[in-house]
Amino acid sequence: MSYSITDPSKRQKRVAAFLVIAYAMITLVPLLWVFMTGFKTPPDSISYPPKIFSEPSLEGYVNLFTTRTRVTPERLAELPPPENFAQEIVRNRDMVIAGKSKYGARFLNSVIIGFGSTFLSIFLGTLAAYAFSRFKIPLKDDLLFFILSTRMMPPIAVAIPIFLMYRKIGLSDTHLGMILLYTAVNISLAVWLLKGFIDEIPREYEEAALIDGYTRFQAFYKVVLPQAATGIASTAIFCLIFAWNEYAFAVLLTTGTAQTAPPFIPTIIGVGGLDWPAMAAGATLFLLPVLVFTVLLRKHLLRGITFGAVRK
Amino acid sequence: MATVELHNVSKTFGTGKTSVQAVDSIDLTIPDGSFVVLLGPTGAGKTTTLRLIAGLETADKGDICVAGESVVSATPAQRNVAMVFQQYSLYPHLSVKDNLAFPLKSPILRMAKADITKRINEVAAVLQITDKLNNKATELSGGEMQRVSIGRALVRSPSIFLMDEPLSSLDAKLRSELRLELKHLQANLGATFLYVTHDQIEAMTMATHVGVLDEGKLVQFGTPREIYENPVSQYVASRLGLPRINIVPIDSISSDIDASNFKDNAPHGVTTVGLRPENIIVNNPGETPHFSALVKRIEPLGDQTRLHLSIADQVIVTLVEPHSGLVTGDSVKVSLRKPLFFNALGERVS
Repeated sequence: MSYSITDPSKRQKRVAAFLVIAYAMITLVPLLWVFMTGFKTPPDSISYPPKIFSEPSLEGYVNLFTTRTRVTPERLAELPPPENFAQEIVRNRDMVIAGKSKYGARFLNSVIIGFGSTFLSIFLGTLAAYAFSRFKIPLKDDLLFFILSTRMMPPIAVAIPIFLMYRKIGLSDTHLGMILLYTAVNISLAVWLLKGFIDEIPREYEEAALIDGYTRFQAFYKVVLPQAATGIASTAIFCLIFAWNEYAFAVLLTTGTAQTAPPFIPTIIGVGGLDWPAMAAGATLFLLPVLVFTVLLRKHLLRGITFGAVRK
Repeated sequence: MATVELHNVSKTFGTGKTSVQAVDSIDLTIPDGSFVVLLGPTGAGKTTTLRLIAGLETADKGDICVAGESVVSATPAQRNVAMVFQQYSLYPHLSVKDNLAFPLKSPILRMAKADITKRINEVAAVLQITDKLNNKATELSGGEMQRVSIGRALVRSPSIFLMDEPLSSLDAKLRSELRLELKHLQANLGATFLYVTHDQIEAMTMATHVGVLDEGKLVQFGTPREIYENPVSQYVASRLGLPRINIVPIDSISSDIDASNFKDNAPHGVTTVGLRPENIIVNNPGETPHFSALVKRIEPLGDQTRLHLSIADQVIVTLVEPHSGLVTGDSVKVSLRKPLFFNALGERVS
C-alpha cells in the first residue's frame, strides 16, 4: 500500500467528511426551509407545531406572480370553469386572479442593476488595476489606499447624503442611479482584487506581444485579459453577490421604477395575514440567478480564492 | 536581416542615489548575418542592451540603427525585431499553433490565413514540433516550449533575433542539443543573432563575435578565439575558460629553479599573472621548468584530471592526462606557456 506522510488517514478523512457535511447541513437548513415553505399552502406554512413535510402546492408561486380579489361564492359559481391550474388554486380560496403582480418587473430590475453594476465594476476595475499594476503613476500607493478607504465605513453610513444628492440630481429611483451606486461600492474591491491577479501575470507576455507587432492595448486585450479571466470571474461573482443582495440602499433609494427584488419581497402581504409561501417562493426564485452564475464560474471562484497562496 | 548598430547608448534606472547605470556609452556593431554573444555576469547590462534594441526600454542617450536607420523613436512593433525570452515565453492560453501564428496575425503583418498555415508548418518542421502543433502551450516540456518560442521568432523574417538566455532554464542535455540546433539555424538562415548569456560554453560554441560587458560597459568585442587568447583585462580573461583561468600574484612565482628568469621577463608594472590551465605544463622533459610545486589535490574527471598545485600560498589548477600516476603530496616541475600579465588595475600588460 502506498503511504505518504502528507496523505490523511482513512479515519481523518471520515472525520473531515463528517464535519464538512455537518457544516453544510447547518448552513443549508434555512435555505431548505425557505425552499420548502415556497411549496406549502398558507395554512400549512403557519401551522403549529410546524409541519416539516406537507402536501406540495404551487399556491405560493401563483400568489407571487398574481394579484387577486375576493369574490362572493355566488359570483364564483357563475364563472366559467378555470382555464388553468393557477385559476383553480386561486378559486379554492374564494378569489379570482385580478392581474399580474410586480414581482416580474422587480426581478428584472434586479437583473439589470445587478449585472449592469457588475459589468461596470469589472470593466473599470480591470482597466484601473492594469494601470496600477503596470504603469508608474504618481502617488500610486496613496491612490490605492484612497480607493480602499471607501470600504472603511459601512456604505449605509453615507446613505442620507446620497439620498439627498440623488434626489437633487434626479438619480433617485432610476436604474442608472443604482448601477452607479453599486459600482462605486464595488469598484474598490474590484481594483484591489484584480490588481493582485494582474500583478501575478508576468510582464514578459505583454513584452513578447509588443515585439510580435501589437500595440499596448492589443497586448492587454489579447494576452493579459485571457490570463486574468480567472481573476475577473471570481471578482465578478463577489461584485454580483453584493449588488444582487443589497437591501438597505435599495429600500431607501428605490420606490417604484427601479425597485429591486430584495425590498419588494417582504412587501408581499397576502389578504388576511402574511403570505409566507409567496415570499418564500420569491426568495427561492431570487436565489437562482446568483446560484447559476456561481455554479458556472465555480472553478474560477475556487481558484480565485486560493490564488497566490501557492507559488507555481 | 540587417546590420544593427549602437552608438554611444546609455541607460540609467532610477534616480538620485539609488540610480543604477545599466548601460554605459556602448558602441557596438552587429554585422549582418553574424552571431553576436553578449557575455557578462548578472547586472552587467546584457539584458538591458537587448531590451534597448527591442524597444522595451528607451535609451537615455545615444542612437540605435537597424539597417542604417535610427529606430530610437520607433515602437517595438515597428522595429521588426524578434525576441526569445528566458522563460514565460509562450502565451499560456493559446495552442502551439496559435502561439506561432500570433506574430503573423499582428496588425503590422496581417498575413493571409493560408500563408500563415504554410509558414507555421515550415517552421514546425525545422524545429521538429509538427506533432505538437495542436497542444496547449502549457502541455509542453521545457525544451519543447523553448523550441516553440524560438519558432515564434522564426515565423517572421525580422531584422535581428534577440535572445535573452533562451537556454538557461533547460537541463544540460537539452541545452547542448538546442545549442547546436540554434547555431545550425542561424547559419542556414544567414540570420543576425544577438544572444545574451552568462554561459561561456554557449559563447564559445555559437558566437562569431563575443562582446564582454562589465557594469554596463563593453570592455572587449572580438571573435571568441581573440577574447580567449587575447583578453584586454583580467575581467575578460576570467569570463571564458573551464576550469577558470588562474590569477596569481607575480610574487608567488618566486621559488626555485628558473623563477628569477620568469619574473625578469615579465613586463614592467605587472602585479598578477593569468595562467590558463592548459598552459600550465607539468613534468614535461621537453620544456624548461619555471618552478616546482606540490600536488595538493587531484580531481579525476574521467577524460581528464584536474590537478590542484600549491605554489607559495597560492593554489593553481591545471589539467593532466588521466593516467599521470601523480598522487597528493608529489612534487612536480612546472613550466608555463603564454602567461597573461595584468597590472594593479587588472589591465593587460604586454
